[in-house]
Amino acid sequence: MQEEIIIAGFGGQGVLSMGKILAYSGLMEGKEVTWMPAYGPEQRGGTANVTVIVSDERISSPILSKYDTAIILNQPSLAKFESKIKPGGVLIYDGYGIINPPTRKDIKIYRIDAMDEANERKMAKTFNMIVLGGLLKIRPIVSIDSVIKALRKTLPERHHHLIPMNEEAIHIGMDIIKEVKE
Amino acid sequence: MAEEVVLMKGNEAIAHAAIRFGVDGYFGYPITPQSEVLETLAEQKPWETTGMVVLQAESEVAAINMVYGGAGSGKMVMTSSSSPGVSLKQEGISYIAGAELPCLVVNVMRGGPGLGTIQPSQADYFQATKGGGHGDYHLITLAPASVQEMADFVGLAFELAFKYRNPAMILADGVIGQMMEKVVLPEPRPRRTEEEIIKQCPWATTGCKGRKPNIITSLELDPAIMEKRNLHMQAKYEEIQAKEYRYEEIDCNDAEYLIVAFGSCARIAQKAMEHAREEGVKVGLFRPITLWPFPSKPLADRAKQVKGILVVELNSGQMIEDVQLAVKCSVPVEHFGRLGGIVPDPDEVIDALKNKLIKK
Repeated sequence: MQEEIIIAGFGGQGVLSMGKILAYSGLMEGKEVTWMPAYGPEQRGGTANVTVIVSDERISSPILSKYDTAIILNQPSLAKFESKIKPGGVLIYDGYGIINPPTRKDIKIYRIDAMDEANERKMAKTFNMIVLGGLLKIRPIVSIDSVIKALRKTLPERHHHLIPMNEEAIHIGMDIIKEVKE
Repeated sequence: MAEEVVLMKGNEAIAHAAIRFGVDGYFGYPITPQSEVLETLAEQKPWETTGMVVLQAESEVAAINMVYGGAGSGKMVMTSSSSPGVSLKQEGISYIAGAELPCLVVNVMRGGPGLGTIQPSQADYFQATKGGGHGDYHLITLAPASVQEMADFVGLAFELAFKYRNPAMILADGVIGQMMEKVVLPEPRPRRTEEEIIKQCPWATTGCKGRKPNIITSLELDPAIMEKRNLHMQAKYEEIQAKEYRYEEIDCNDAEYLIVAFGSCARIAQKAMEHAREEGVKVGLFRPITLWPFPSKPLADRAKQVKGILVVELNSGQMIEDVQLAVKCSVPVEHFGRLGGIVPDPDEVIDALKNKLIKK
């Protein structure tokens, strides 16, 4: 198994931390992982993306030409990465602020309105975990147990009381993700 | 104790490995993309546990001269920076090489010249391997290609530095510094005691009670003596070149084409190689791990079986000169590089391989 993922959106959406939790969850399952951020002078509101690879075998390049799965959280990222998904691959996007939706016919496209859901439920800070839940529904790369373990390992103890809320967010994401069909 | 596997950035691995290896002091100044080295050390507070000194100096020049002082007293000391900061350190590095002192300098390269960009680059290859500062000297230069090697090479660099009384450099780039991977950190070991340092470093300024003072300097006004010193250093470099080159070969046994790349480019090239092999093109990867000493002999041996070599670097063609010297025009040697902070993806490497070598 090797899953090559790009997560892209605005800075401040939790793109990098979502990737980190995914990578850490892979580590919990004894898998090989890489997490490669596009780092720069970006700040909240700028663009952010991270390449995460989870694999059963040693990973060669942390930088990729094409991805199995793209998680797209804003319009500029959609324009940049839609063409870089492998044929037969998966595109998951949040519909918030998307004016020109994806058009490819040779990939599976899913929409998750995580931004709206997070705002309605006053769970804005768990937005990225809702998205992660959607991803894990479509591509069960790691188990939810491993994600919870990863959260316990990466969050400082004073934040451990927030873990149930994050778990809830994952389940919400699993419920609200929908395949986009013509 | 069960092996502890953790996920961290290359820069963080450097910091953790330094604490665990029993390093005595770190002196640095923040600069992207390596600031996490100093940040992680500050967060870990090793001065409370191992007694390691961590100091943010007022500048890169100050930091390298603190390293010079610490190294002169036999301490295991290091600094880290990124390209523009390492340029500032060059005077100090030349003095340290001239005084024959062990230390570790980490360069997490970014695009240049000048202040350049904060994105990854390998354009400091010449600076790292051909001297950098003034005078006839070399740094032992290690090029990690993974977060694990970032951790492992801290210890290796210090071992080689003390063995040969010569500064060592870890030459990484923004990709290796910023990416996170699994890493197994070295077993913690205590810092050396003062007695152990005196025993290991009889040349160091450890207090001269009962013996002649040791003088640490790179200055010698008598050219006859200065030439002897230089000849001694050259003999040392020859020994290092004969004994300490390191490299990795992947899928080279049946290779008809060879990619030579170090650090992050080696990782990208490996993926390109895998794709090329799926298409039936027999490509192998030769990865120099020590850039100085350069693994010329094994590369020359491997070159005998191939139709051509592609050197992939994040620069306009620097390591390619060492490749050409090693293979002595026995096969075509082409170059592919991206500049100024652009990192190529594997497809670009495959295209370069096809266009520059195979189609010819």
